[in-house]
Amino acid sequence: MTPETNGAGQWPLWEVFTQPPGGKPHEHAGSVHAPDAEVAMQNARDVYTRRGEAVSLWVVPSVAIVASAPGDAGPFFDPGNDKPYRHPQFYKTPRGIKVF
Amino acid sequence: MSGLFEYLLRLGDDRLILGQRNAEWCGHGPILEEDIAIANIALDQIGQAQLFLTLAGQVEGAGRDADALAYWRGETEFRNLQLVELPRGDFAFTMVRQFLFSAWSHFLLEGVAKSAHQDLAGIAAKAGKENRYHLRHASSWVVRLGGGTDESHRRAQSALDELWPWTVEFFGEDDTDRAAVAAGHAPSPAGLKAPWNAMVAEVLGQATLTVPTTPGRMVSGRQGRHTEYLGHLLAEMQIVARSHPGATW
Repeated sequence: MTPETNGAGQWPLWEVFTQPPGGKPHEHAGSVHAPDAEVAMQNARDVYTRRGEAVSLWVVPSVAIVASAPGDAGPFFDPGNDKPYRHPQFYKTPRGIKVF
Repeated sequence: MSGLFEYLLRLGDDRLILGQRNAEWCGHGPILEEDIAIANIALDQIGQAQLFLTLAGQVEGAGRDADALAYWRGETEFRNLQLVELPRGDFAFTMVRQFLFSAWSHFLLEGVAKSAHQDLAGIAAKAGKENRYHLRHASSWVVRLGGGTDESHRRAQSALDELWPWTVEFFGEDDTDRAAVAAGHAPSPAGLKAPWNAMVAEVLGQATLTVPTTPGRMVSGRQGRHTEYLGHLLAEMQIVARSHPGATW
């Protein structure tokens, strides 16, 4: 069980997702270094759930995350900015509707 | 002196002294994440000590609270196992000790949680839950150190060999233990040996470490006889409270 290290001689990085109480979705909390999944889970528990923040934890190897590049931001996200009709608030509620 | 008071001091002092030892890692952990992990464990243990010692003070009925018991008793009045007062050593020593202690504590607290004394049972149940995580964490490290590099294996085995003879004190039994067992507050110390041995053998097997066969030492922390190390630990732990009696912050 030799810990794999990255080029810098450090343990691999893991992204940590915590689920707050009350059925909310998991949210990205931060990252930890760990040699393997079990240690990553424990480190995430110790670093990010000390104050009752979570009822569930996910850890994911950072290398498994595919991220959009900063250069993609324009073509990816700008087209959404001028399309207010994609928001429900764009539409008027028909008369006669009392309760949704 | 009440037998239950004496028994509660044992439960409290083991956790107070080991918590104090583990807290020495704060700022010195091998990596940031582990630094936080050890500090968490230390805080859990000191919190458990506070609960057990508060109850001890109530049972004693002499007006002593947890702080009075922690900060104003001398070395010979402490009832902790000698195992927990040994210097923290290297990381392997700390983790192997935590593993051996947590494995024993697991079965002990399981038994104490069945006490008819409701407060005691409640504290043991809470401490047992925290201890299950300590056990998981320490076991993981023992397995990884044992199966890691040649150096980590050597250090883990050496820590195990050094600690092993002290573990005999887990299973010692005197009048205080017998009274606690008879009153239904505690499991028989000797009865914890078989499940502890099985758990330890399983984890050490995974860790490719050799279970030592060395005989136990003559240890008597329960009677207030301690190694040279406890006095120094207490001096550090107690100096602020003793220099500023009654201070609040």
